[in-house]
Amino acid sequence: MATKVKVLGFWCSPFVFRVVWALKLKGVEFEYIEEDVFNKSTRLLELNPVHKKVPVLVHDDKVIVESFVILEYIDETWPQDPLLPQDPYEKATARFWAKFADEKLMQTACKSTWTKGEEKEDALKATMEALEKIEGELKGKSYFGGENKYAYLEIAIGWINYLLPIWEEIASIQFLDPKRFPAITAWKSKFLDNPLIKETLPPREKLLIYFHERVKQWEIDATIRELAETKLEN
Amino acid sequence: KCKTLTMAEEVKLYGTWSSPFSRRIELALKLKGVPFEYIEEDLSNKSPELLKYNPAHKKIPVLVHNSKPIAESQVILEYIDEIWNNNPILPQDPYQRAMARFWGKFIDEKVLATRMKANFAEGKERELVTEEFFQQMEFLENELNGKDFFGGETIGFVDIVAIVVAIWFPLTQEVLGVDTFTEEKFPVLFKWIRKITEIDVVNECRPPREKHLAYVKARIEDLKSASK
Repeated sequence: MATKVKVLGFWCSPFVFRVVWALKLKGVEFEYIEEDVFNKSTRLLELNPVHKKVPVLVHDDKVIVESFVILEYIDETWPQDPLLPQDPYEKATARFWAKFADEKLMQTACKSTWTKGEEKEDALKATMEALEKIEGELKGKSYFGGENKYAYLEIAIGWINYLLPIWEEIASIQFLDPKRFPAITAWKSKFLDNPLIKETLPPREKLLIYFHERVKQWEIDATIRELAETKLEN
Repeated sequence: KCKTLTMAEEVKLYGTWSSPFSRRIELALKLKGVPFEYIEEDLSNKSPELLKYNPAHKKIPVLVHNSKPIAESQVILEYIDEIWNNNPILPQDPYQRAMARFWGKFIDEKVLATRMKANFAEGKERELVTEEFFQQMEFLENELNGKDFFGGETIGFVDIVAIVVAIWFPLTQEVLGVDTFTEEKFPVLFKWIRKITEIDVVNECRPPREKHLAYVKARIEDLKSASK
């Protein structure tokens, strides 16, 4: 009996890309279903009632959500082309850095796009510090761990290669200074050249238009929050 | 300190007595009968070892196994389960493992933050966040339904992570004089709390009650005076 694998996703979500890249790397066939995250379907809300988010992986009748949880499930269910290293310590290292990048890098980089003044300076500084730590992890390796040993980590952090340049352009800032981050820059170039990655990435123009609107909305949301807080104080 | 450690195997845990993240590592090691050296950290004066072993976050807990440091409590729990595979914490089946990881993440990344907000927010915001807290606890309540523990007949990964709910939540609530997390609302969770706090090894790994009460009282006073 053929197993059925479905992925519910959103076309530019870095979390969804992790799942797509992992399945493609392992040659697992799947059906991709685009969800409108601004107008969530009943199907999505039923499959992920706790978080109401994409990605969702459906494997036969099993539903798994949360991108890192999905990656581990994929690696354990389809063991070919392993994502995680075999050695427990190296595994722990990969998991640690994936978590680190989401917690310390994604939020601050995103924040750098819509904040202003001192808040923007702080967000940028925090982003650079996080990038420096990742640069340190990559040093001396062309891929994390060499020879794709850390596919999990590459897949987890791969979003920086397509999203950071977009955010840089929209907010007129620079994250990935090649002089400051030579290892990340070299890895980024190899990553984006990978045919598997290339065929999944959306057109740059589409990403620019989308995030231009998003950044504007985030700015508006921030202003509304500020006004609400001022009202409460008065 | 344990005399049965050989030269070949060295396990150290850097933690603090009041941290649920640190205590859960102690519990995992004790459940598996792994001898370890415990080092109490003073977070206002972090040791050079802690800064060396966890430069990215400078936080506890950190497990050091044969000089190799591992940080982030759930990453440490998975590592412990892989190295010492007696009394497994995670199930074998990939889907069951995914469920355990999902609920573990839910507790640490969502429930704890919501609880904090619900305890300290005011007015309308407090109402809304408390409602969110209730919804989150309902999910946990439903996940338990029919089982003794999240792990089934014995405690597992989610139980170990959820001890923060079993011990820290009621204690903080007592200090704050609120009654949002009650047996009336969450009978299944409270039954689980009773069961899990009957387990000897769980009680060996919890902060001593009076000391813990005093500590939480002091921290809340600090928070209140800081916001003035």
